[in-house]
Amino acid sequence: MSPMRAVLRRDIALAFRSGGGAFLATAFFATVAALVPLGVGADLPLLGRIAGGVLWVAAALSALLSLDRLFQADFEDGSLDIIALAPLSLEATVTAKMLAHWITTGLPLTLVSPVLGLLFNLPVEGYGALVLSLAIGTPALSAIGTIGAALTLSVRRGGLILALIVLPLITPAIIFGSGAVLAAVQDTGTAAFLFLGAFSLGAVALSPFAAAAAVRLNLAG
Amino acid sequence: MSAFFAMGGYGAYVWPSYAISVAVLAAIVAVSVRQHARATALVRRLEREEPGDAS
Amino acid sequence: MSAPPPCAYITAMAVFSTLTAYANPKRFLDLSRRIQPWLGGATALLLAVGFYWSLFISPADYQQGQSVKIMFVHVPAAWLSMFAYACLAGASITGLVWKHPLADQAAKAAAPLGAAFTFLALLTGSLWGKPMWGTYWEWDARLTSELIMLFVYLGYIALWDAIEDPNRAARAAAVLAIVGAVNLPIIHFSVDWWNTLHQPSSILRSGGPSIDSSFLWPLAIMALGYQLLFFWLWLLRIRTEILKRRARTLMLMRGAQL
Repeated sequence: MSPMRAVLRRDIALAFRSGGGAFLATAFFATVAALVPLGVGADLPLLGRIAGGVLWVAAALSALLSLDRLFQADFEDGSLDIIALAPLSLEATVTAKMLAHWITTGLPLTLVSPVLGLLFNLPVEGYGALVLSLAIGTPALSAIGTIGAALTLSVRRGGLILALIVLPLITPAIIFGSGAVLAAVQDTGTAAFLFLGAFSLGAVALSPFAAAAAVRLNLAG
Repeated sequence: MSAFFAMGGYGAYVWPSYAISVAVLAAIVAVSVRQHARATALVRRLEREEPGDAS
Repeated sequence: MSAPPPCAYITAMAVFSTLTAYANPKRFLDLSRRIQPWLGGATALLLAVGFYWSLFISPADYQQGQSVKIMFVHVPAAWLSMFAYACLAGASITGLVWKHPLADQAAKAAAPLGAAFTFLALLTGSLWGKPMWGTYWEWDARLTSELIMLFVYLGYIALWDAIEDPNRAARAAAVLAIVGAVNLPIIHFSVDWWNTLHQPSSILRSGGPSIDSSFLWPLAIMALGYQLLFFWLWLLRIRTEILKRRARTLMLMRGAQL
């Protein structure tokens, strides 16, 4: 466990020192969310209805923001080769990086989301569901994002391709996440939470293998 | 005849559907055939220039 | 209409393993060169009959009128958009697991075909939707998952193009294809669920209005024609990819000699 923790701590420290880490993702999240009322008009009932969807889409975009550096920086300066040679399995390393990404993006987004819900006139019943759905669902964004980051780690300016690869694959998280908020507001059951949880668990469980395979093929000659 | 082209009032939707389908399929056939011809020509030229290569 | 049903994967795997029993690229080239004209002839015949039948012979539907004719070009395209993905995923698994020499080329060759059929399914679906729903685009479950499918294809093609080394690109694309194959049924399910949340039913729902045999025949012929066209194109494009690899090797050898 301890080498894994070392990778985790290193990645979190790097995220905070270069580019502001958690601050950057939350600031982006808030900015995107704030642009929506400017685009669609300050119609409070409408904003209340779309709050869950808008915040979920904004969260997905913010999670993409720092993904392209997840492996690329380590790949370029050669430290990824050294990490791959370490006794820690690549799957564990990738899991640690995934966790670090979630701690610097998904977690802070979840924590600030109620404030943004307030700006969007989210009905009272929706706040718990918003926070809970983001807490359950953002790990899936980090997990699938990690696969995309590992696949594009050798691509210069891979950020755009990364987004094109990852966004379609995370649609279930956005659908179930915003659906959970909507269902809480309209009081129509908790099915969305269960689906979201299942998707998230599946994504977190399977993506270390896919991402590790992707890292391996990029490191091999 | 004009009744046939009108398609019972749906001509504006039926004909474009068929036209686009035929056009896209024809285009992908044309592109694939041309790419294949080019690749064939390139390999032939390269093989002619270097007859000593193992193949 | 986007998650490839299990039968699509199985069919694709069967077809693919038959094809690749000819593991040696040279034998594959020989065999496919001999099959190609027959396949092309059958495709042309089926498509000619299919187009004639669907446009001139098939009757109007009592509910949808002549707009039902769009079905004959929409449904086969939608089916092939899924089938092509199943082929792509099957080839990718073969390439990753058994390191089959033809699998990479087969996966790469299937992607643009799949994207083209997906595009056709979207466009004809939208043209069918206008008279039926009154709008060109309805966020209908099938059209929506078809749209996401198109994005998956585009991401796959973009990844191939982005990585320069063909072997590395092939393996990366294969990993993406497999992740997509796992995820597409989930996406399809989520979109279906989302649709019941937001929308009432639509005409394109599976099973749909029960199909009369006067529609079934032209539909079957068109579907078979599209299917054979796909195989014809796929074979041709795999051959092109093999030739491109060969050209690349020859050029590298020349570079080494200079």
